[in-house]
Amino acid sequence: MAIAREAEPVGSLSEIKEAGLDREDLLGIFRNLVLTRGIEERGHILYKQGKIPGSFYTGRGNEAASVGVGTAMGAEDVGTPLHRDMGVHIVRGVEPWRIFAQYMGRADGPTQGKDGNVHMADSRLGLIAMVSHLPAMLPVAVGCALAFRIRDEKRVAVAWFGEGASARGDTHEGMNLAGVRRLPVVFVCDNNQWAYSTPTHLEYACEHVADRAKAYGFEGVVVDGTDVLAVYREAQRAIEKARRGEGPTLIECLTLRMEGHAVHDDAFYVPKEMFEEWAKRDPLERFRTWLRENADFSDEEEDEIRAEVKKLLNDAIKRADESPLPDTSSLLDGVFATPEDLDTPHHK
Amino acid sequence: MAEKTYLQAISDGLRLEMRRDKRVFVIGEDVGVYGGAFKVTQGFQEEFGQWRVIDAPLSETAIVAACTGASIVGMRPVAEMQFADFISCAWDHLVTVAAKQRYRAGTPVPITVRLPSGGGFSGGPFHSQNPESSFAHIPGLKVVCPATPADAKGLIATAIEDPNPVLYFEHKHLYRRIKDEVPEERYTVPFGEARLHQEGEDVTVVTWGAMVYTAEEAAKKLQEEDGLSVEILDLRTLIPWDKKAVLASVEKTSKALVLHEDTRTGGFGAEIVATIAEEAFESLDAPVKRITAPDTPVPFSPPLEQAFIPQVEDVVAGLKDLGSY
Repeated sequence: MAIAREAEPVGSLSEIKEAGLDREDLLGIFRNLVLTRGIEERGHILYKQGKIPGSFYTGRGNEAASVGVGTAMGAEDVGTPLHRDMGVHIVRGVEPWRIFAQYMGRADGPTQGKDGNVHMADSRLGLIAMVSHLPAMLPVAVGCALAFRIRDEKRVAVAWFGEGASARGDTHEGMNLAGVRRLPVVFVCDNNQWAYSTPTHLEYACEHVADRAKAYGFEGVVVDGTDVLAVYREAQRAIEKARRGEGPTLIECLTLRMEGHAVHDDAFYVPKEMFEEWAKRDPLERFRTWLRENADFSDEEEDEIRAEVKKLLNDAIKRADESPLPDTSSLLDGVFATPEDLDTPHHK
Repeated sequence: MAEKTYLQAISDGLRLEMRRDKRVFVIGEDVGVYGGAFKVTQGFQEEFGQWRVIDAPLSETAIVAACTGASIVGMRPVAEMQFADFISCAWDHLVTVAAKQRYRAGTPVPITVRLPSGGGFSGGPFHSQNPESSFAHIPGLKVVCPATPADAKGLIATAIEDPNPVLYFEHKHLYRRIKDEVPEERYTVPFGEARLHQEGEDVTVVTWGAMVYTAEEAAKKLQEEDGLSVEILDLRTLIPWDKKAVLASVEKTSKALVLHEDTRTGGFGAEIVATIAEEAFESLDAPVKRITAPDTPVPFSPPLEQAFIPQVEDVVAGLKDLGSY
């Protein structure tokens, strides 16, 4: 039997207004969803063209979950988004050309060619770059929340993890520490039902990952991760609750990973019917329909947004392609930080 | 200057940093109410409160990872591992996240991890290790191993000030046994500068931590018995290490013995010996000698542990070999 609360969908424009979003914000969310998907689709093409070394990962099916949570974060909040959470980087304002430069291993990528794919973040936008080991960044986010609590700041940290990573000890240690100290942190589980080829029943034995929250002394919520407004509303509630000093929340966003683990993987192990069923709940289509039914979203508005995104992507790829490959003289640089490296707004 | 134990010097150094910099906080198991398993943070919670001296759950990964997160948003955390041995639980975090974050993502991680290390009192396999060499192998981590009270105090300040993850190995066998004059005021001791523990002419001993005193006793014996003049270099920090001082000393004495309490294969001594072989070969009058613990876990029973940890007589024998070569 489920222990976690199951979130309701958002019924109307007035309901979402209560949660803090006006119509313009909603169009912004639609634009961010389109841009998030666009970056990954164009990245996939670049990969097939041989322009991206290594491997390539997308968050197809998870766009509403990442954009929804990202939209609920405050300007001073911080987070540790993962490889299905491109939407968070987009909402926080990373420039798309820098993402393409990162994909292509260019000198102007956020990691200057030192790391690849979504292993990046602009710390000045309040994001901390992920590592491959999941959920290594979860207790790191808890540490940010600990700092906010020590300094008595009204800021919140958001920690992402997947249902696969929920099986590792870092998840337990991080959530337990956060629960014991009632830290201002929100845990977001991107439950896309497949950890590479491993299904959920081989990752955990409870009904929902969010059921575990009760054992750590805080609330767990399961939300339809293809519904951007439901995700936003739950994230906003949890973030504001944490900001008031009322402790952590675990939000589980239920989605389906609509592609393989990475582009080399055809996901043969996922039942075809499962893809077909979840394709009907495509996050972009759902929100587009909602906007048409509840917010008089017009063809002209949609065309304008899609045209803006298309131009942005074209310009971004062009600019990224002009960025040079890193000079090998940079190989030895930056293993150790210098005191000047601490001259950032966030390290002080 | 007052005489302080090695332990008191660490405690004093840490307290001074917490007084001068509000960003510094301590987190670990039993560091608050209890004052730490070895009492390094005794009285800290009374002075700084429970949010700057934080009793953590038994979660080494979360403790060190939380330090990383807090450091990125402006704190200067100091984690205490109850015993250095338990850092194995946080190995993944240190090596995967903390060590690489600056290089790959441009984000410095200014944290200090205090590690009570070393054997000599029947702590057994899980309370006696000196795992410094395994961390010295990881690019991005700094490794500090003070031997004297004055260095212990100065190096903890440098560690906290450093913009990188610093592993501060404090040798438990020195805690209350070693006392010396320590300046009252705050000061720092630079990383990467060896300390000349004793000047000599005939053989160089390169060592750190508790082995400095083993080397000193052995050298004293040899001076008295054989008139052999031994130079002892205390590295103080392994990453970075003072290659220049080691090479200069070897060039002077033409014979070298590298001594450490950590196990042999892949120990940091091997790096020092290789460097001497590469860069001072022409100066050598004898093969470089290594004295280390053998490649076993640290045994519990006193005679076994004594046989494991390099003893004064082992060093005497090694130096005699070199002296007569």
